[in-house]
Amino acid sequence: MPQDVWVLGTHMTPFRRYIDKDAVDLACTAALGALEDGGVGISDMDILACGTLFQAGASMGQQVQKQIGQTGIPVYNVSNACATGATALRTVILAIRAGEAEMGLAIGVEQMGKMGLLAGGSREQKNTYEPSGRFGAVMPIDGILGTDTMPGVFGQAGMEYANDNDGVGFEQFAKVAQKNHAHSALNPLAQYRKEFSLQEVMESPMQSYPNTLLMCCPTGDGAAACVLVGEERFASLNPEQRARAVKISASVLTSDPYVASGQAQPDVNTLTRNAAKAAYEQSGVAPGDLNLVELHDCFATAELIHYDNLGLCEPGGAGDFIDRGGPWRDGETPVNVSGGLISKGHPIGATGVANVYEVTTHLRGEAGDRQIEGANVGLTHVIGLGSSCAVHILEKSAS
Amino acid sequence: MVDYLVLGDEPYLQVNECKNCGARYFGRRNACGQCGSQEFQQARVSDTGTLRTFSIVHRAAPSIPTPYVSAIVVTDDGTSVRTNLINIDPTPDKVVLGMKVKLATYVVGTDDEGKEAVAFAYEPA
Ligand SMILES: [Zn+2]
Repeated sequence: MPQDVWVLGTHMTPFRRYIDKDAVDLACTAALGALEDGGVGISDMDILACGTLFQAGASMGQQVQKQIGQTGIPVYNVSNACATGATALRTVILAIRAGEAEMGLAIGVEQMGKMGLLAGGSREQKNTYEPSGRFGAVMPIDGILGTDTMPGVFGQAGMEYANDNDGVGFEQFAKVAQKNHAHSALNPLAQYRKEFSLQEVMESPMQSYPNTLLMCCPTGDGAAACVLVGEERFASLNPEQRARAVKISASVLTSDPYVASGQAQPDVNTLTRNAAKAAYEQSGVAPGDLNLVELHDCFATAELIHYDNLGLCEPGGAGDFIDRGGPWRDGETPVNVSGGLISKGHPIGATGVANVYEVTTHLRGEAGDRQIEGANVGLTHVIGLGSSCAVHILEKSAS
Repeated sequence: MVDYLVLGDEPYLQVNECKNCGARYFGRRNACGQCGSQEFQQARVSDTGTLRTFSIVHRAAPSIPTPYVSAIVVTDDGTSVRTNLINIDPTPDKVVLGMKVKLATYVVGTDDEGKEAVAFAYEPA
């Protein structure tokens, strides 16, 4: 039986654009903050995992070490699309469970500047048509054979759910964004903190129906970090450290299994359902036990379908769930009380660590104005297209 | 413009179909993602189908005309196709989930040597 793993310390930078700091600065701020929060130092770490996507080749983990302590421990630089941060976290968990480390540091960081998420790239005007690539295409297919844009791809994922289930449409998707913008007003770490009416969400510029601008996550910069510790070492820590520690009762990473439609569009549902099922089994926690959930709302359409994928509502009932206020902070299962990716922000590599910071902070009762009172159990979820899905379930310390 | 669009008097889409499990793929394959078999045969895809899902894209890379309707069509023989929907007003009240559609082709560009590129799309049936 592998030993339990605990979050001992955690920290995140506010998400926003940082013009006078680089990614190493942000990662170091998060790392040093997490170490201090846990009452430990870099010399206590047996392993470091660092997740970043757009600078994946930059040995970011070692760059951080050179600033905060070159102790010679193994460093794993990871990238896994939007699941990058969660994969760094899970790398440390695996090392502790395997008995190769007692304590480790996981960092997620991203500096995106003002880049867009439109993907696809511009259509290059070639002089002569020559077939290339797996489809033998003579020109990029984006915009001719469907879309590569993220608001479009996730718009299609939402409309597919609407096709299969009654009571889901533009208004339900818009309500998700209305909620997350409202939640973010209470979070000082969020990139945006402005409330919008449902009408304002629906009338903001259409990006890709049904996702308007206010239903899409922004790009931004930020970092988050966690110090993790195994059960044996945990027992030797002082009572104050133990009291604030949060137990990781499930840690799961999945990829997308074969589905017939997968060759035409990414399936973001099956791997999320598989991850959730495994996490509930690992932890013995049921969806109804969750006091808060931070899930991957890169677009409003994505959040809505994940209510169903994570079992937060009755099967097919995601539209009704948002209509009756279920995921609001005073609802049945508060979802994205941080403001979510839509309003807290989405510096890609940081996201899967920042949501663990958020849930940990609530379980400790230290979330200030946005605190969910009496929170004992929480779930984090991220999904990276390609695809990878990570789910973690966290529980308040009993000691 | 892609090699799985077979041109002629009656253009059609062609898949690589796994001989072992029947999984269908557009494009070159190394092996089957469902069963791992490396044996494939070519098969013709049905020209008609239904609109499984869509998004009306208003923001795209600068050279791509907007708005356009991006769609996933499931053909009558159960093949999922990534496509645009054309010859339809790109508004949510005209584009209806589950609507019947059929394959269409059009010239999407001409290169410097005068060679035309033909694209496919689906249109209301
Ligand atoms: Zn097969």
